Amino acid sequence: MKQATEQVTLLNTPLTLTALEKTLLNDYQRDLPLCASPFDEIAQQCGVSTEEVLQKLRSLQQRGLISRVGPVFAPRRAGASTLAALSVPVDELDAVAGFVNGFDEVNHNYQREHHFNLWFVVAAADQDRVDAVLDTIETMTGLPVLDLPLERAFYIDLGFPLWS
Amino acid sequence: MELSDTDRALIAAVQDGLPLVAHPYAEVARQLGTSEADVMAGIASLLERGLIKRMGVVVRHRALGYRANAMVVWNVPDENIEQIGRLLSGETYVTLCYQRPRRLPHWPYNLFCMIHGRSRASVRRCLETMIEAHGLHGIEHEVLFSTRAFKQCGARYGKFAMPQEPAGSAHG
Repeated sequence: MKQATEQVTLLNTPLTLTALEKTLLNDYQRDLPLCASPFDEIAQQCGVSTEEVLQKLRSLQQRGLISRVGPVFAPRRAGASTLAALSVPVDELDAVAGFVNGFDEVNHNYQREHHFNLWFVVAAADQDRVDAVLDTIETMTGLPVLDLPLERAFYIDLGFPLWS
Repeated sequence: MELSDTDRALIAAVQDGLPLVAHPYAEVARQLGTSEADVMAGIASLLERGLIKRMGVVVRHRALGYRANAMVVWNVPDENIEQIGRLLSGETYVTLCYQRPRRLPHWPYNLFCMIHGRSRASVRRCLETMIEAHGLHGIEHEVLFSTRAFKQCGARYGKFAMPQEPAGSAHG
């Protein structure tokens, strides 16, 4: 395996990744070997030592480029959740976003460019709790909540190609 | 789908990732007081039942320069939603593709997909290519780019993790 350091410029931020790092990021998003020494297997495929693979993965994690090596869960197989949206007056957006963030049940909260400009996911152990959170947000903000629960997921999740 | 206590304990133990050591499943087994073989079998079972979609490196798209993130929403005739949902979900840069209810009159869209790219221009090009390739010109849609992430984390319920519904960003 080529070990030369390659400069990859992403937007204005230069990000320096070695060939091994790029391979780990791109080619190992799925099918982690379910054997006692999965990183051994990866190391053999990459032609490097197991310790080198582990050290690179730790480094990628420390640099915030990967969140983990592990499972990606399917949505809504347990508990209850919904995608919700609010149309918030622009000058109230920070305050409302902060209020919504205050719920432990809210795990994503994004501003988007649209009449409905605040989008968040509410997930809880059961539907009653999801409804209670939405009701509270509606009451406290005075804004109607758009409640868009998942009806069906279409996916073939093979990971995300970073370099083709 | 019902989760057993064993499933829940295993999910809680691996949700933040495997320990980056030579024998990660043995390490998880030590934490749970079970055997390495049981941990591997448990993960295989979660994969088989579709609770885990994939096991591997979970990248942070934004940190890697994929900063443009668009939620594209479509008003698809009900009779075509399965066909179009399958087409879109098979597209390389579509990370999520979900059917959700319309809320008329405010919200006419019933199919949601997420497209990630290095720039808004590349996301728009990708969308145009998809529309062209699948003949989706006649289908009403809107593109909602994200401008700020106020919160981005996995869902947790006390002691046990629940698989979350990823809405805003990609995985992880």
